Amino acid sequence: MCDTCGCNVTHGNEGLIRPGGKLHKTDSGKEAVTVLHSLLHENDHTASHNREHFDQHNVLAINLMSSPGAGKTALLEATIQQLGEDKKIAVIEGDLETENDAERIRKHGVKAIQIATGSACHLDAHMIHQALHELDLSEYDVVFIENVGNLVCPASFDLGQHLNVTLLSVPEGDDKPAKYPVMFRTSDLVLISKSDLLPVLDDFKPERAKGYLRDIASTAPVMQLSSKDKSGMLQWMDWVSEQIAARKTYLEKHPVAAGHHHHHDHDHEAVRT
Amino acid sequence: MHELAICQSLVDRVEDIALERNAESVALIVIAVGPLSGVEASLLKNAYPMASVGTVAENAELVIQNLPIRVRCTQCGSESEAKPNKLTCKQCDDWRTEMISGDEMMLMSVELEGADQMKSQTLQ
Repeated sequence: MCDTCGCNVTHGNEGLIRPGGKLHKTDSGKEAVTVLHSLLHENDHTASHNREHFDQHNVLAINLMSSPGAGKTALLEATIQQLGEDKKIAVIEGDLETENDAERIRKHGVKAIQIATGSACHLDAHMIHQALHELDLSEYDVVFIENVGNLVCPASFDLGQHLNVTLLSVPEGDDKPAKYPVMFRTSDLVLISKSDLLPVLDDFKPERAKGYLRDIASTAPVMQLSSKDKSGMLQWMDWVSEQIAARKTYLEKHPVAAGHHHHHDHDHEAVRT
Repeated sequence: MHELAICQSLVDRVEDIALERNAESVALIVIAVGPLSGVEASLLKNAYPMASVGTVAENAELVIQNLPIRVRCTQCGSESEAKPNKLTCKQCDDWRTEMISGDEMMLMSVELEGADQMKSQTLQ
């Protein structure tokens, strides 16, 4: 992304896409206006705004993505049980129709904001912005955003998170990174979940999943874990703790300007706490 | 089908531009998408009439430029074309490459009819 206007013109692709001048007349006398903005300009703007909110309160935001049923909520429950005493956790839940996931989280005494996305297939930055109105960020170390279970659409929408974590569950098969390169390319960490099933579903080869991930030039670390038998949980929680610490260190060196004010001129209908 | 949401975002942006320049209508919209943008060009085309109905961009022609995927190898330095799920270097086969192009989804330009010529020449 370019530094001046936030478009995706880079030195590398400039020659491929940049036309002549900024404004010129066409042969038919129409006015041609060169824009060069992301199609998700507005979303990206709100996402940066959300990220500022998190940063002002020293909160790390992690976006959890996967196909439906890969174990995002179970992972959060196991994480809360084991990391909850040490770190203050909040969860923003995206779910199509129900509050089931948020209720599962709340049973562990953790604040969960439910975003009912209706028929939407992904969360976007505006939904997260609304959810943030319900959260006092100064109380938390880390906010997990559980995205809608979907390996396609959520990949395109920046929410303002700092890190993307993608779950790839053993029953899904190890070639998912090759089938969904857009999603897996955005991942900062890939978790092979339901690893307790590896002995039964032995056609899933973690090394092969990793190979597909390298084929799409991903440098993301890969971890195996099971929320059920708790194997691999320590490694995951260490990673989360390290990322929280790294963000705090970064923000000490690069403080965010304070004094941000909000205009509450919009409704919050989609959000229930 | 997040293409509808993306299309609505596109139409909003085009409407803003048309409004800024007092245009009567939008004749042409050019966008560029790469295969790794996560946007399917055909779905975007299908969603456009729905997203633009009743707006100044309603009858605009939507032109989609498909960009190639190109990567640069961080090991040997060579540049090559690549496939969406095979971004390794064609020269040395190393996987540590950087994407030069292929994940863009951009509004490139619009053509306006009846626009106000006295407006400023930039759009920032």
